[in-house]
Amino acid sequence: MTKASAMNFGLPRLFLIVLTLVAGNAFAASEIELEKSGIDPGNVNSLQRGASNFMNYCAGCHSAKYVRYKTIGKYLGLSDEQLIDNLMFNAEKTFETINVSMQPEDAERWFGTAPPDLSLMARARGADYIYTFLKSFYVDPESPTGVDNTVLPGTSMPHVLWSLQGFQNAVYSQHEEKDAEGNVVAVTDHFEGFEPVTAGSLDAEDYDEFVKDTTNFLAYVAEPVRSDRRKLGVWVLMYLIFFLIIARMLKKQIWKDVK
Amino acid sequence: MSRIEAEVGKPKGGLMKWIDDRFPFTSTMKYHATEYYASKNFNIWYVFGVLSMVVLVMQLFTGIFLTMNYKPSAAEAFASVEYIMRDVEWGWLIRYLHSTGASFFFIVVYLHMFRAMLYGSYKKPRELVWIIGMLIFLVLMAEAFAGYLLPWGQMSYWGAQVIISLFGAIPVVGDGIVEFIRGDYSISDITLNRFFALHVIALPLALVGLVFVHIVALHEVGSNNPDGIDIKKLKDEKGVPLDGVAFHPYHTSKDLVAIIVFLMIFSAVVFFAPEMGGYFLEHANFEPANLRATPEHIAPVWYFTPFYAILRAVPDKLWGFILFGTSVILPLFLPWLDRSRVRSIRYRGWLYKMALTLFTISFLALGWLGVQPAEGVYVVAARIFAVVYFAFFLLMPYYTSIDKTKPVPERVVYHD
Repeated sequence: MTKASAMNFGLPRLFLIVLTLVAGNAFAASEIELEKSGIDPGNVNSLQRGASNFMNYCAGCHSAKYVRYKTIGKYLGLSDEQLIDNLMFNAEKTFETINVSMQPEDAERWFGTAPPDLSLMARARGADYIYTFLKSFYVDPESPTGVDNTVLPGTSMPHVLWSLQGFQNAVYSQHEEKDAEGNVVAVTDHFEGFEPVTAGSLDAEDYDEFVKDTTNFLAYVAEPVRSDRRKLGVWVLMYLIFFLIIARMLKKQIWKDVK
Repeated sequence: MSRIEAEVGKPKGGLMKWIDDRFPFTSTMKYHATEYYASKNFNIWYVFGVLSMVVLVMQLFTGIFLTMNYKPSAAEAFASVEYIMRDVEWGWLIRYLHSTGASFFFIVVYLHMFRAMLYGSYKKPRELVWIIGMLIFLVLMAEAFAGYLLPWGQMSYWGAQVIISLFGAIPVVGDGIVEFIRGDYSISDITLNRFFALHVIALPLALVGLVFVHIVALHEVGSNNPDGIDIKKLKDEKGVPLDGVAFHPYHTSKDLVAIIVFLMIFSAVVFFAPEMGGYFLEHANFEPANLRATPEHIAPVWYFTPFYAILRAVPDKLWGFILFGTSVILPLFLPWLDRSRVRSIRYRGWLYKMALTLFTISFLALGWLGVQPAEGVYVVAARIFAVVYFAFFLLMPYYTSIDKTKPVPERVVYHD
């Protein structure tokens, strides 16, 4: 397809999009029900563990190119030295952002698609999505990476955390739809759950915690100002309540003699 | 004797006199504030005009500061918004004020328009006030639409792609118009740049101008009131309407209370729920625009959804577009569609009350349906509500002329 024809988005196709693809649930990327991540944005220890998880397991391929190390350090209570020693494998100055050395062109050649930047993933897809995604890799011999994911079927991401979680199978039950005469008209697969194949270095509970901390960190970097914003909001509202009382008294005074 | 002294009959000196000899300051203040009399029985519905002004000013100011750091180019726009959110001092607050302000602009404007429908404010002699107001509404829609493209997220891109393509339904010239608006074969850097120009210069200029004219026209004929009666008929010996109180300090002190209450609700959203569950800031817009990946769900922002639902309810492309456009324009004709002898709903009969209730329900329902998938029962419902929406306007000359009205009192109803 030439560039021009790829860009000339046909009207009929657009109408198809208009008519079929509008829905209320913006997170509904797949049919799988997402697990609640249960993250606690106020838990600094969890965020510190999440930062370390991210830098050790994710940041090799995924950038977070809007996130500065210094910003993380400030909120997580880490000094410049601590940042440099523990988190900055790929950067020298703390004002740098989290980048990867892998070239996007190389990544596309190796994985089929460049690993997405994770700065805003938690805002785009939600924390529950990330949490469930990281727990939903299963063995699929037909996939080039040997695994697929129930949350994002056909993902080109390998199961990076296999050494921690181990491998698992996805268990499906088959439902047959029959017409009035009892003939099978359709067979649908219904996802039942996962079944471990090999054990990782973490048990299920610890792996959940690991994923939860990582998710918590990603939710934090998606909007670092979140906790400041809420703290300031309380003050703003208190000020406005005070201002409201004064304004109300002023109004009463001025309107006193209107009959 | 100077012009001003002749007008107000009392000598002045000092700086004020010096200014007034050269500029009609005192007389303008009197005409528009201290001697502009509006009914003393204004209720909550009468605060949304002033609140629209508050939001307009806030959008202008926050917009100026956003422009200082925003880069209107396809390569840099998304990153510059994140730069504002993370690295610019107080940038996050300015951005949230602006993005939340956009939604609240429509909330207060919709309520302001609904007030006019409750109390017949568009009726003679305020037809021009209403028409100018409708023009403001149209410019506001264009302003919001242009602004939504600027963050250059997935929903910015695909929302604009879908909406602009609607013009393609126009026979013969449709495709040409679409290309003309985009300036390219698809939404691109060129489109972003021109939308930026429209959003920060052309449309705000038009908005401010129209708002000015809206208020000049209003002050010429005077404000309506919840009883829909003419307060200028009964005046005291000084020529002050018996039921009127001066805009300043009476209404200004009352409006101040309303503004603070509004700011409390507004701040609650800005500080505690700026995304508003994906309605004010859509989740997909946190992914940069990508013309190779169509998002699974494309929905316009909530304030366009009532009209969008009408568009989708029609099976035919061209007719969908025509009815979509008509549904936006129709309220413009209210002053002539409404044949009732009375203005206010307080003295109208059950027919209009029922019609307005049904209209309100369908408008809200259409807004909700506009974010649902266009399938099955949703489409049927959208069609029913669309029919009610149009019937409200098109049958209005009939039902308002046979509606039994109640006698209108001489003086406004005022309890205190």
